[in-house]
Amino acid sequence: MAGAIAFAAHLAVYKNETPMEARTYTNFLATFLMISILIAVGQYRWRRLRAAVWRMRPLFTAAVLLLCAWELITAGWHWLPLPYFPSPAAVLQSMISDRTLLFDSTWHSLVLLLAGYFLGALAGFVSGVCIGWSDPARYWGMPLLKVIGPVPATAWIPLAMVISPSATLSATALIALAVWFPVTMLTASGISNTRASYLDVARTLGANQRYLIFRVAIPAALPSIFVGLFMGLGASFLTLVVAESVGVKSGLGWYVSWAQGWAEYGKVFAALIIMAAFFSTIMTLLFKLRDRVLVWQKGMIKW
Amino acid sequence: MVTSNFVAASALRVEEVCKSFPVLDVPGTSRPALGGISFSIAASELVSLVGPSGCGKSTLLRLIAGLDFPDSGELLVDEEKILGPSAARGLVFQDPNLFPWLTVRRNIEAGLVARGVLQEKRHEVDDFMRLVGLETFGRSYPHHLSGGMSQRVALARALINHPKVLLLDEPLGALDAFTRMRMQDEVLHLWENRRTTMLLVTHDIDEAIYMSDRILVMTSAPGRIDREIDIDLGRPRDRTSESFLRLRSEILEYLHFAGKAADVSA
Repeated sequence: MAGAIAFAAHLAVYKNETPMEARTYTNFLATFLMISILIAVGQYRWRRLRAAVWRMRPLFTAAVLLLCAWELITAGWHWLPLPYFPSPAAVLQSMISDRTLLFDSTWHSLVLLLAGYFLGALAGFVSGVCIGWSDPARYWGMPLLKVIGPVPATAWIPLAMVISPSATLSATALIALAVWFPVTMLTASGISNTRASYLDVARTLGANQRYLIFRVAIPAALPSIFVGLFMGLGASFLTLVVAESVGVKSGLGWYVSWAQGWAEYGKVFAALIIMAAFFSTIMTLLFKLRDRVLVWQKGMIKW
Repeated sequence: MVTSNFVAASALRVEEVCKSFPVLDVPGTSRPALGGISFSIAASELVSLVGPSGCGKSTLLRLIAGLDFPDSGELLVDEEKILGPSAARGLVFQDPNLFPWLTVRRNIEAGLVARGVLQEKRHEVDDFMRLVGLETFGRSYPHHLSGGMSQRVALARALINHPKVLLLDEPLGALDAFTRMRMQDEVLHLWENRRTTMLLVTHDIDEAIYMSDRILVMTSAPGRIDREIDIDLGRPRDRTSESFLRLRSEILEYLHFAGKAADVSA
């Protein structure tokens, strides 16, 4: 049962008594333990909760054990050099004490990321459909794509900083560029690989050009388009963090390098943890969107 | 039948159609696929086209569908020249080619949406789903359907446009023997109900004899209509009757001979 989780958490609390500053961490673990116990009791009453608990149990236990190991190695036995590898307690402490700035940074990153991503995805979708569908667009677009596309968006940073009046604007453009390339590429390949027989069938049903593009080619290309969107998302994270740490004076990427400058590694870790949670949430949302849009592929997709 | 031939002009007329394709290995040369094909089909007739593989049956069907154009010759539907694909000529392939992103119902509606008449013709969708026995599968996606069911959706999708001619390119070729025989009866049932002119390409001599009013036998390299065989058997037909079997062995013998002749010339 979830008792295993509770036990592991308890062990962590116990070991945690060594460092002095760790009031908050103790509280955190105590809360965690309480919730675990609540869930452990609750699962007897709600069947649906129980199924979820059973599925998550090994994963959860492992996560808690990992946390314990981290604590033992850093705070318990001091195996790792200190300023660089703080204990979980210290990380939690800096997360809480610096929460306003962290929240602010996350917000800035979110706005920048979403603006760049949507711009790039939209532009990539449009240019991908054009290149995939029309031969002249392919003739002129493909060489451009092949030359500009492979250059990492981050390589443009020096140039972008000079050209653009505002750092935020240029960062948005760079993220958009990073997203644009994979989305264009995969959209174009999806569109041009539309099964000819689908198009033939549609034409014998009386379809015009608009129907062929919007109701046959684009739906048929959607699985491929989503691959592009995922690749673009990865590229956008990378570009976001780099752009923030060198140009834009806000956001999580900036926060990490700023905290590093002050040798406050607790804050670095705190920002990294938030970044991980933040990026994986966005990734999950995209997966959810994919599952929704590609419901007709259910059972056929394996990623 | 004689009177109707005089009153209604042929629903589909093909005159001296030639088509060749470039040979990719040897630039500048081309291989004739169809070498002067002529035939006509009366309204409400069900005609089969049989012949060895590679004889250009599918090429001919694509020309009639308007998906491809002949090098010379003319194709006419109701005495009007075929200038491109149209909803008046439905096409059903061996692979049902249902749009996997649409439910069964939306697949059947596709023709109405494509022509922009969904609003006024929406009521017909239910009729057609019932006609092919899929009224309970409206919300399923194609990958949940069996081969026979998919092909029924494809038939309904083609028929909802009320085509003047329905072109069937080995529509039952991928089905197992039992489903196939059942589907033959279903197609016949649709044909008898709606009297749609049908041109059926098939490999299966039994299917051709069982279903059609007339069989056109093609030879290959280049594709030509070699012979027309009227099937004078009454309907419904008995696959094991003596006359059926006699006709069958006659055609098989003939095809065998035709195949040999083609080999020698090639």
